Amino acid sequence: MKNFSLLLSFAVLVVVDAPMLRAADIIGAITLQGTPPPEVPYTPLMNDPTCGAMYTNTPTTHFYVVGPNHGLGDVVVYLKDVTGKSTGASQRPVVLDQKGCLYQPQILAIQTGQKLLVKNSDSCIHNVDVQPTVPGNPTSNQMQPPGSPELTFTFPKPEMFIKFKCDVHPWMFAWVSVFDSPYYCLSDKEGKFVIKNVPPGKYVVEADHRKLGALTQDVEVKDSDVTVNFTFKIK
Amino acid sequence: MPENEPVKINRPLHWFAVLTALFTFLLLGAGGLVTSHGAGMSVPDWPNSYGYNMFLFPPSKWIGGIFYEHTHRLIASGVGLMTTILAVWLWLKDSRPWMHWVGVGAFLLVVAQGILGGLRVVLVDAQLGIFHAIIGQLFFVLTCAMALFTSRWWLNNQRWSSRFSVSGSADSLKAELQLRGLRTLVLFTTILIFCQLIVGATMRQQHAGLAIPDFPLAYGKFWPDTNAAAVQSYNEHRMAVVAENPITAFQIILQMVHRIVALAIGVLTGACAWQARRRLGKKDPLAKLTLFWLALILGQILLGAATIWSNKAADVATAHVLGGALSLVTGALWYIIAFRRSAVLPKIASAITISGAYGTTPAMTANK
Repeated sequence: MKNFSLLLSFAVLVVVDAPMLRAADIIGAITLQGTPPPEVPYTPLMNDPTCGAMYTNTPTTHFYVVGPNHGLGDVVVYLKDVTGKSTGASQRPVVLDQKGCLYQPQILAIQTGQKLLVKNSDSCIHNVDVQPTVPGNPTSNQMQPPGSPELTFTFPKPEMFIKFKCDVHPWMFAWVSVFDSPYYCLSDKEGKFVIKNVPPGKYVVEADHRKLGALTQDVEVKDSDVTVNFTFKIK
Repeated sequence: MPENEPVKINRPLHWFAVLTALFTFLLLGAGGLVTSHGAGMSVPDWPNSYGYNMFLFPPSKWIGGIFYEHTHRLIASGVGLMTTILAVWLWLKDSRPWMHWVGVGAFLLVVAQGILGGLRVVLVDAQLGIFHAIIGQLFFVLTCAMALFTSRWWLNNQRWSSRFSVSGSADSLKAELQLRGLRTLVLFTTILIFCQLIVGATMRQQHAGLAIPDFPLAYGKFWPDTNAAAVQSYNEHRMAVVAENPITAFQIILQMVHRIVALAIGVLTGACAWQARRRLGKKDPLAKLTLFWLALILGQILLGAATIWSNKAADVATAHVLGGALSLVTGALWYIIAFRRSAVLPKIASAITISGAYGTTPAMTANK
């Protein structure tokens, strides 16, 4: 009994003194310095009888999603070189919609093995032309008439910016990034981002914009949230 | 058939060959529009179209890019059928055995081209599109050559004979012999045009839009910067509504090569025209053809510039493709005609030597 009390006291001491090894978030903001080139109106869309009828004003491209304080949206932020940690198979599918003869959203990210559902909400025919470049990720080109079921895609290999496009309406495209871990996110319209539940350790965080390229920073995650900010500059 | 027996002129066959060449030209234009509109993959299945038999695909569904791709397939089917008929017709009715095999070659090429086009779609392989474009150009040359070989102009032995009876003077014979040097120059220029078409097809099949958006300068310079920072900056400022791939330094250099080769072709065709006029005289049909060729090349250079100035407008870019096809075929047919003329020269010269006088009309035995 004496020995047991001693052992219990020791165990309590160890638990109290040991550091709490818990996951933390990497938070931050993306800023754009400089003036981006003007967005281009989707004139071919308006010239198409079916698609043009869906709009009263000509929509424009949104390559540069810039908030009021120069925050930059649609930037893919992720932990570089973290592989083999995918939880994609157990995650909910991500939906990419063809609506108003445009892909919505235009930039998105998923994990390896995670389902990506592409649906056609339009009343016209589309084709879904998927053009990955990493070996192992399958290329495909499938038709999707209106009212047809969603098309399901999964990718086994991580890859940045896989192009999805419609060749019936060549102005329709989206870029899908695939990661082999859950440690990624997209910056919102104000440029803010959060990569959640990152285990303690040293990482390289990369922020990748389709037009502006990539920036990286080294971070160390310990027991509290880490802030990392990126500034892209228009050259 | 005996070697010197004249070949019977078959006008319906010839006009059918001409029609096949014209439809092939139309097909090249339709194919050019498919690439210019980025519609190559708009019909994902082949040989069916959206599950329909290709010929029963309802016109109401020919929307957007489907219109360009589907009409390209229909015209291609028509050209395939015409080529098959032409090959059979040649085999049955043309007395020249080598023409039988030209017909068979055209048939095999059009079948291979059709399969290649289909594979480009079902395998989703953009690289196959480059070969598809190049073989299309070669097939056009072949159909034009078949139209030439079946023409009365080609088959009329009297025409070729009279030409040499007129040139029965020493000076004219010398001029005919000089044709051989000119022939080499034209051949070299034609090969260069073909290489230029390969570069052009490669540029178009990259689906990267204009790698250089200005002309005659390139990003405001005689030679653009191609370092990583410069290319990154170019990509940041390229704004298009279509899904262009980012450009690379390779693509920029490729377009610069295309420009330089265009200049070289312009100079070479100018040299051909000048040499043809000097050697053959301005009234010679081959001299006139080189002048037409030069005009075609100058027009083609202008169309190339217009392609850039119009930000690669689909119709302008397609006209540039067709100009390239006409430039290639003009050089190739010039060479074929000159080759035929040169081929009879040794026998003419021999006949003149035997007769002992340049002024006499040599016996024409070389036409076959």
